Amino acid sequence: MNSHWEQPLDLMMLKIENLHATVADKPILKGLSLTINAGEIHAIMGPNGAGKSTLAYTLGGRPGYEPTGGGATLLGQDLLAMEPHERAAAGLFLGFQYPVEIPGVSNVQFLREALNSQRRARGEEPLSAAEFLRLAREKAKLLGMDMEMLKRPVNVGFSGGEKKRAEMVHMGILDPTLAILDETDSGLDIDALKTVGGGINAIMRAPDKAVLLITHYQRLLDYVKPDFVHILADGRIVRSGGPELALALEREGYAEVIAA
Amino acid sequence: MNKALALPTRRDEAWRYSDLDAVARVWPVDEPDRLIVPAGERRTMTLLLDDGAEAVAIRDHPVEIGAGGTLSVHLLAIGGALGRVTFDVTLARGAHFELKAALVGNAAQTIELVTTVTHAEPDATSRQTVRAIAAGHATTSYLGQIRVARDAQKTDAAQSFKAMLLDRTATANAKPELEIFADDVKCAHGATVGELDKAALFYMASRGLDPAGARALLLRAFIAGLFDDMTDEGEHARFEAAALAKLEALG
Repeated sequence: MNSHWEQPLDLMMLKIENLHATVADKPILKGLSLTINAGEIHAIMGPNGAGKSTLAYTLGGRPGYEPTGGGATLLGQDLLAMEPHERAAAGLFLGFQYPVEIPGVSNVQFLREALNSQRRARGEEPLSAAEFLRLAREKAKLLGMDMEMLKRPVNVGFSGGEKKRAEMVHMGILDPTLAILDETDSGLDIDALKTVGGGINAIMRAPDKAVLLITHYQRLLDYVKPDFVHILADGRIVRSGGPELALALEREGYAEVIAA
Repeated sequence: MNKALALPTRRDEAWRYSDLDAVARVWPVDEPDRLIVPAGERRTMTLLLDDGAEAVAIRDHPVEIGAGGTLSVHLLAIGGALGRVTFDVTLARGAHFELKAALVGNAAQTIELVTTVTHAEPDATSRQTVRAIAAGHATTSYLGQIRVARDAQKTDAAQSFKAMLLDRTATANAKPELEIFADDVKCAHGATVGELDKAALFYMASRGLDPAGARALLLRAFIAGLFDDMTDEGEHARFEAAALAKLEALG
């Protein structure tokens, strides 16, 4: 399925051109190119070690993930020239495969300061405590998360599934234009997968937003239907297609499909 | 008055990490009054050391806690070129000493806490929780000595020290010291020195929090809870405000 028809503007959201990146001086991304337009959901699949997480971290600006060639723009802005927090303010959300625990800092406090830091960077008024709580309550409900959990320290004592659900609550509250979700489906049981998939659709399925799903397995794609599927191997995209490509991978394995 | 006392040197254990040039500017310091907590009674003490950047503040606290008595101390030391607080506590039977302290220094500050807790009789307990943050060229030190006398059975003493270094040029010293002459005692001590969690900093940045905001939030969390059990709400608010202002000023 291609969703171009429901999209009023053919707006280029993310453009990655011939991106090279190293981790500890080791080349991981070796000339990766990808364009994502507004309204589209793309999935990147690939075997372990292909560079999936490196792509997410390089686009997010994680220290130690060094772009060494090519470029990436978000809505025309040079993504790689920005600090990580500036990328977030520009509309990027990075969902973590392993969300980080922050003892002593509650989700509510953290998200309010993060959102207001983004709003200040964009020249918008910060939200009051009451306005923020209303927003947080609404997004927590959407993801079936108890508000009490949001008052607890960030990810501390959360199960794998709760962490991923909390990531989606963060995404709902921060309301990004582009979400890069790194293995958001790992560690989820079938009910949590459904809820998280439903959350991604509810928050990000919009003509002015886009999603890059990074995943090892097809199963999340049953709930979040991608418009395009790409296979990443050895640091570049080796095949692109529609959702049928993910099904072929599931059936035949990476080695088969990459060789075909 | 102890006016005849010689200026301390590096050979004195309790002064090993101090700023002796600063000490010389105010030496000798007056001998302080002894605080006596009567048997069975409970006392609290709040101590906010926030002298100006040039000041040299040395505050000594000799304390005796009578049988079954309790002293609970909250200390926030953030001021002075040298800010030095000492406690020399002697516990009688079943007495309890509790200390919760935050030491925060930046620029060239030296902030130090030196405690000697003597369990002189059986069944006494002591709890010391100290958190230190050092930025710039600051030095934060905690020297904690616990002494358990020969008959002081069932002593239960605990010390926890955690320090955070914000710059390569900052220093934290931790020196736990146990001197135990009884055989049925519990003495726990732990000391760690670390840096801000880089994974947490990137995670926070990825959600849009600017670096100063992320750092302030992590530092607040690091010392959070130390002052939560202060009974005087006005004092509590004063401590929180002073701590927050200091954390924001760490450059």
